[in-house]
Amino acid sequence: MNGIPAIVATDVTRTYQLDGVSVPALRGVSLTVAEGDYLAVVGTSGSGKSTLMHLLGGLDRPTGGTLVIGGRDVATLSPSELARLRNETIGFVFQSFHLLARTTARDNVALPLVYRGIGRRERRARAAEMLDRVGLAHRIDHRPNQLSGGEQQRVAIARALVTGPSVLLADEPTGNLDSVTGRSVLTLLESLNADGVAVVLVTHDREVAERAHRQIVMRDGLIVDPAPGPTPGLASPFSSGSVPGPGPGESDRGPGLASDSGAGFVPGFGSGSGSGSGAGPVPDSVPDAKPGSGPRPASGPAAASGEGAG
Amino acid sequence: MRLAEAWRVALDALRANRLRSILTMLGVVIGVAAVVALVGIGTGTKQQIEQQVEGLGSNLLIVVPGRLEAGSAPSVSTLSLDDVDAVSRIVGDRSRVAVTVASGETVRAGNRSTFASMQGVLETTPTVFVRHLDRGSYLTRSDVNTARRVAVLGAGSAAQLFGDRDPIGRQITVGGVRFRVIGTFEPLGQSLGVDRDSEVHIPVTAAQRLLGTDRIDALAIRAPDRDRIDALGADIVETLSERHPDTDFSAVTQQQILGVLGDILGVLTGVLAAIAGISLLVGGVGVSNIMLVSVRERTKEIGLRKAVGARPRDIGLQFLLEAVLLTTIGGVLGMALGVTAALLVDRLTPVPAAITWWSLALAFGVSAAVGIIFGVVPAQRAGRLDPVVALRTE
Repeated sequence: MNGIPAIVATDVTRTYQLDGVSVPALRGVSLTVAEGDYLAVVGTSGSGKSTLMHLLGGLDRPTGGTLVIGGRDVATLSPSELARLRNETIGFVFQSFHLLARTTARDNVALPLVYRGIGRRERRARAAEMLDRVGLAHRIDHRPNQLSGGEQQRVAIARALVTGPSVLLADEPTGNLDSVTGRSVLTLLESLNADGVAVVLVTHDREVAERAHRQIVMRDGLIVDPAPGPTPGLASPFSSGSVPGPGPGESDRGPGLASDSGAGFVPGFGSGSGSGSGAGPVPDSVPDAKPGSGPRPASGPAAASGEGAG
Repeated sequence: MRLAEAWRVALDALRANRLRSILTMLGVVIGVAAVVALVGIGTGTKQQIEQQVEGLGSNLLIVVPGRLEAGSAPSVSTLSLDDVDAVSRIVGDRSRVAVTVASGETVRAGNRSTFASMQGVLETTPTVFVRHLDRGSYLTRSDVNTARRVAVLGAGSAAQLFGDRDPIGRQITVGGVRFRVIGTFEPLGQSLGVDRDSEVHIPVTAAQRLLGTDRIDALAIRAPDRDRIDALGADIVETLSERHPDTDFSAVTQQQILGVLGDILGVLTGVLAAIAGISLLVGGVGVSNIMLVSVRERTKEIGLRKAVGARPRDIGLQFLLEAVLLTTIGGVLGMALGVTAALLVDRLTPVPAAITWWSLALAFGVSAAVGIIFGVVPAQRAGRLDPVVALRTE
């Protein structure tokens, strides 16, 4: 951490060739992810936010413009060097977790260290440490199918963290989770952010986006609104219908609560976001298997049942 | 990524898809087993025949009419017993010269009958060909001179005609003519599936009378001096050519027979190995096919590994090692199966088999090479996958 912005994109474009037709996905995006940033990229499907995510993570290269990740211009890097850069600088968190199915939580978390040439013993020790940090010390030898959705996502977050990256890129990290579990995952991300890791969230969920320190709104391959807070033009994509449907854990709570969740959480959200950015109450709310802990007693038991049933 | 790590990852992946890995391996197992077993049978047959020829001794010289060349038509013999006297003078010892006039005949004893190779011979045969009698005695010079109707039976023919009874002194008929059994041979066994014990030796004169001919098929000479065997052969051929101006003669030494047989059986072994090699090739294609399926099936995993820092070569290495592991494990299992099959054939059938180290080393090397060759394309494909596309795949 030396004060250099983690990622600097300058007038970045990305054009796909589909059957000989040029499809512009990004049409000139400039963006700086500073050290310790907490940024939400929002926009509808097809707005280019996923493409931007892939570029920021060094999974893809821009067609035009310059993209500097960790002080290195990706245009000058070979595929192997880019892989190394991803390994050292970026941590990815995906909507669908992308855990290796037949591999334990510990070995899933240790995976990035394999590609750094770190020995097995040290990998396992570091992975255990990370799992402890995300509140899964007791799930270390479980396989993904033995874990709930929220637990799986926290394993994925531990995996993203294990190499000590400067940026966490989270693509719809709560998209496959019920809202209570999703919030606990966000709380975890926020506590990590408080420890100095920049977090970039890609989401189309207004509740999620509003928790970030700043938001970038994308439409048609351009950043249309870098202003924080919801904008009138974007109110429509954030209708309650866009909240993810009930997950397997939510069915326990009955239809009434599930239908409430879209609107009902918004009022209490301001305090949640505020506490998330501070370091204080976060450690309490991370191990959400403990019922009744944290600042939201009403949702505590629900969170426990939601996590446990997955 | 460290190489040891790559091996572990590859092994884990094979273990994760256990049934598929085993089925894929099966192609290689069968291919390698076929190569090892067939090469073993070819080698065993070759060794057995070479031993039999070597058993004749290195100073044996066989004289036959015609040229011993590939493609030459078999000649009708013009040799007669008079030629034997001429050859005996060159050799300087009549006891070192044997003749044969052979014919397949039905041999009967009482109500039993068998088909045997009837050999018209001189009394010198046991000396020249190193044959040992089980019972009785062999033909004498006077038997030959007087065309006496006496016979010596091969062990197989004796068993066929007389079972456990002693055949000595009993009557048999050969081609309808009555002979008296005076001796039996020790068993010889089989070669190339032919029973060498189904034979009847009778005096050459009697055989000529039976067949209505005065010819003999071939001469065999046990040379007194091994170092001069080629010169002796040349002398004999020259003398015979003078006596029969229209006929070519060839003198063949054991060394030459071994050379020709070695060539023929070497080709036989090679052809067997090649046929078996085709199944190994098919096994290799199977590995390639499964690896391609595996790459497709694990596209998401490849995308994730790339996202967390795997370089293209890390991914490529992982898949290449998987293919190599499949074929080398398959190769080792195949060798075990092939050796077992060869030993069973050797034990349970008359076909001999011999396992040689070079065939095992070759089979293992080929199976590892098959893994590399057929693993390269899927591995490259995996290594080059675009992580963005790979992660999006569901």
